[in-house]
Amino acid sequence: MSQKPSVIDVKGLTKVYGTTRALDSVSLQIGAGQIVGLLGPNGAGKTTLLHCLLGLLTPTSGTLTVFGHPMATHRWAVLPRMNFAAADADLPSNLTVQEILTLYARLYTVPAPRAVVATLMARTRLVPLASRLFGQLSAGERMRVKLAKAMLNQPALLLLDEPTLNLDPSMAEQMRQWLLGLHRQRPFTILLTSHNMVEVERFCERVLFLHRGRLLADGSPAAVLRQFGQPNLEALFLSIARGGELVDLGASQEVVG
Amino acid sequence: MKASATRIWAMVLRYGALHRRSLLRTFDVFFWPVLDLLVWGFVTVYIQRQAASQPAGSSPAFIGSTAGFLIGGMILWDLHYRAQQGMTISLMEEIWTRNIVNLLVTPLRRWEWLVATIVYGLGKVAVIALVLGSLAFGLYAFRLWDLGWGLVPLLIHLLLFAWAIGLVTAGCVIRFGYAAEVLIWGIPFLIQPFSAVFYPVAVLPEWLRPLALALPATYIFEDLRAALAGSPSIGWAHFLPLAALNGLYVLVGIAVFGWLFRTAQASGRLGHLGQD
Repeated sequence: MSQKPSVIDVKGLTKVYGTTRALDSVSLQIGAGQIVGLLGPNGAGKTTLLHCLLGLLTPTSGTLTVFGHPMATHRWAVLPRMNFAAADADLPSNLTVQEILTLYARLYTVPAPRAVVATLMARTRLVPLASRLFGQLSAGERMRVKLAKAMLNQPALLLLDEPTLNLDPSMAEQMRQWLLGLHRQRPFTILLTSHNMVEVERFCERVLFLHRGRLLADGSPAAVLRQFGQPNLEALFLSIARGGELVDLGASQEVVG
Repeated sequence: MKASATRIWAMVLRYGALHRRSLLRTFDVFFWPVLDLLVWGFVTVYIQRQAASQPAGSSPAFIGSTAGFLIGGMILWDLHYRAQQGMTISLMEEIWTRNIVNLLVTPLRRWEWLVATIVYGLGKVAVIALVLGSLAFGLYAFRLWDLGWGLVPLLIHLLLFAWAIGLVTAGCVIRFGYAAEVLIWGIPFLIQPFSAVFYPVAVLPEWLRPLALALPATYIFEDLRAALAGSPSIGWAHFLPLAALNGLYVLVGIAVFGWLFRTAQASGRLGHLGQD
């Protein structure tokens, strides 16, 4: 897919829970600076893959390296260079926004944490919320804090799980523009899951489509749509989610459904 | 090493900030220990007065003179209990606030996190010891510090044992989440009857004594009683056997914590902590 050096390298990744194969021999590579959307219906294996990448989950088999380090054994060499934000992973409700960002800046051993936090809060327009408790913020404000937290260490790899889930369209667009602005200044790899297909088509240069633990499609949004003869990602998603037959028009001519 | 110290201190400040903001939470640190002290203190006063009011020779002489060990036992037990809780409640705090996944994917290492909970717990223990020691003196003329430097090894061993148990309960919290909450409150009380906190091991049925002797706390409270009865060798008599026993408990605690963490990692539980 890309000539850029590989940031994520996954080979034959499988995760089995009892009789369920949450991931089934998934192989993929993601290069430096790419913005990649990870798509699939609920239960497709997206969160499982993200958790494997974060080292929160031990795969049943297969290999997974990030920045050339195997996550299973060198997690601590990788974590300082990546970050994460998720709609369902909160921050301490009883700390203020400033305290949370300062705490995480210290955990990532960011030099001059207070100055970095001040700059980041100004960029994300969090200054008026600095002394508010996280638990008192609206869902949209919380996500802004989580995204600010995720940028504290200037990660080379950013994993986002439904980053705009609780944001109104205007705020979601602002966040995407903010991330794109940061990406233009300093290209870093972004892997995000989303159920907002319009967002993925506009934001991501590449999509990975997971279904029942298997990687169904991998390519640019346009290439994936051509591959399955669908007008847009929404139609492709609905077709898969509803269990309809999906004909791969690509080289393999594989029938999936 | 400097990075580790920065991360540990960040977590200590994080837990400390909770008290700065919540009066109720700070109040909770003192509330139960002070209530316990009042109950056991007045029981002690009652026993001492009863013993004093009896005609000479009609009640065992030791009752009046050593009833103070109830207060001493209560204070030391409370310090043990709070030290253990300091570790596990800190982890629960992250689960309650659904912050745990974000923490688990930072460079904060497990041991750094545990050290932070120990440092935070030590701070709480020091404050509780100061408050209870002062109250015990003010209300009951019980002077814990009369035990002298011998109290130091007793406290060290008591805290080591608390952290060994804390490691196991912390592992259970990581592995089972909310379901393990009951263990935080329950495990100390499971140990207490066999730890000779308020009565000597000799009181226990013979078949229970081996269990009591396998618990480091038993030696500590036996030593405390001996000291209050006037033994000059408080704290040092059992120091080496206690060190060996506590070392074993700490090693087992570390092994169990590591095993439960890896199990949570394999089962997928780790990434969903706080979401059930």
